[in-house]
Amino acid sequence: MSQYFYVVVTGLQNNLQYRFNYLTRTLFSFIPLFAMLSLWRTIYASRGHHGGENGFTEAQMIFYYLLVAVVDVLTAVNEDDWQIAADIREGNISQFLLKPVDYLWYRLSLFLAGRLAFIAVAAIPLLVFISCYRAYFLAPPDLGVFSLVLVSLLLTALLQFFISYAMAMLAFWLLEISTLIFILYAFEYLASGHLFPLDVLPPGLKQVLFLTPFPYQLYFPIQIYMGKIAGVDLWRGLAVQLGWVLLAYQFARFMWRRGIRKYSAFGG
Amino acid sequence: MSFKGNFLLWILVELLWFGLQLCFVSVIFSQTDAVGSWSKWQMVLLVGTSNFIQQLYQALFLTNCTNLSELVRTGKMDFFMLLPVNTRFLVSLRVVDLGAFVNAAFAVCVMVLAATRLHLHPTVGQIIGFASLCAVGMIIHYSLMFILATICFWTVRAQGIVWGYYNLFNIARLPDEAFRGVFKAVFTFALPVLLVSNVPTRVLANTLASWHAWGVLLLVGAVWAVISEWFWRRSLRRYTSASS
Repeated sequence: MSQYFYVVVTGLQNNLQYRFNYLTRTLFSFIPLFAMLSLWRTIYASRGHHGGENGFTEAQMIFYYLLVAVVDVLTAVNEDDWQIAADIREGNISQFLLKPVDYLWYRLSLFLAGRLAFIAVAAIPLLVFISCYRAYFLAPPDLGVFSLVLVSLLLTALLQFFISYAMAMLAFWLLEISTLIFILYAFEYLASGHLFPLDVLPPGLKQVLFLTPFPYQLYFPIQIYMGKIAGVDLWRGLAVQLGWVLLAYQFARFMWRRGIRKYSAFGG
Repeated sequence: MSFKGNFLLWILVELLWFGLQLCFVSVIFSQTDAVGSWSKWQMVLLVGTSNFIQQLYQALFLTNCTNLSELVRTGKMDFFMLLPVNTRFLVSLRVVDLGAFVNAAFAVCVMVLAATRLHLHPTVGQIIGFASLCAVGMIIHYSLMFILATICFWTVRAQGIVWGYYNLFNIARLPDEAFRGVFKAVFTFALPVLLVSNVPTRVLANTLASWHAWGVLLLVGAVWAVISEWFWRRSLRRYTSASS
């Protein structure tokens, strides 16, 4: 176990070197976020506050996008998939075949380190941004719900990571996988609720999306936090989320095993 | 051209994201009938225009802007400075992304569809105006991003900053009326991304209230072009090449 702890520590140190990069990235990301909030305000203004058929009031809509920003900072995969693909392509993984270090746990430790570093840099600007909208930002319904949000966030992060990891394994077969990563990312962007809450979609379409892992990559923990899901549905949702995490983990392992057979250690 | 499959996949990626934006428009208009004074198909026209400008920009300049810092870091700039051609011209138009032209064509298709749905019959004058404003918009995007790219003469690694600018493309496709106050002022007069696609779209859709927007767009475009040239010359003086 201890070797992974050192990976986290060194990973943290490495990542903090890019603190300026993280800061600019965070600050730049506020521009489209602010634009999105303004757009929804205009939409709500022009429809005259009547008819919330999607179940979202103007305040809830703004709250939703703020939560998206928070969950994104906490759980999003940053450049892990590109780095894993590069490790495979350039033959850097050869050393892990010899060392008593499992590559998946190694990358998960680095993912954790990357997130901690990013949170450390992004927290203050994000808090400042949110405090400008503090009237819209509500506390979770109660402590019990909040602890379930935390559990769900952990599962979200793991799901994001395992899916990205499995995707990056394609680098064993293909030289250039950034297009495939972007295609997956486009689907995630829409189906995880990044672009808009899934509630604005037709109910049928929303149900179909819930058959995929995407909503559990972002939308689900927000739903819990906002109290949009409770009781049996909540527990069932958590079970499904856990199921997706285990499945994605197994799939990531499977892809690695198949990939290693194909691996020919370029530049070893 | 050695990666034909990949070339086609990149076109697909861009198409997907374009589709995503159109999907967003349709979601918005399932919630409301109008955003400010913009109707659904007007907004489709706006998204089409914005994508058209972005793709043409991408075809000609994007790769070159992001690669500038590599040229500086590795010292390959030496070679370009020695050639008897304007250096900025060379580094700005070195690589052309052909796939982006294909995507620009798709954007034109969407624009034609939207114009048909809006029963627009643009005159030749309108189309010329539209095309020239698109060109100005492209020059504005290019000037701004080139300034960010030349920061690499100071910091060596500027790719992160250049990609940060990419966020601004996200605002360019939103209707100007969604914004108010300081935000609108900054992104109209200082960084005129809100004008870049909105003004040409309004020219086509006959919704341009006055000709002031033309003037502002041209003026701000000229100012940024001059600033970026000045900045480029300042930056070039700092170039010391890399160990060779």
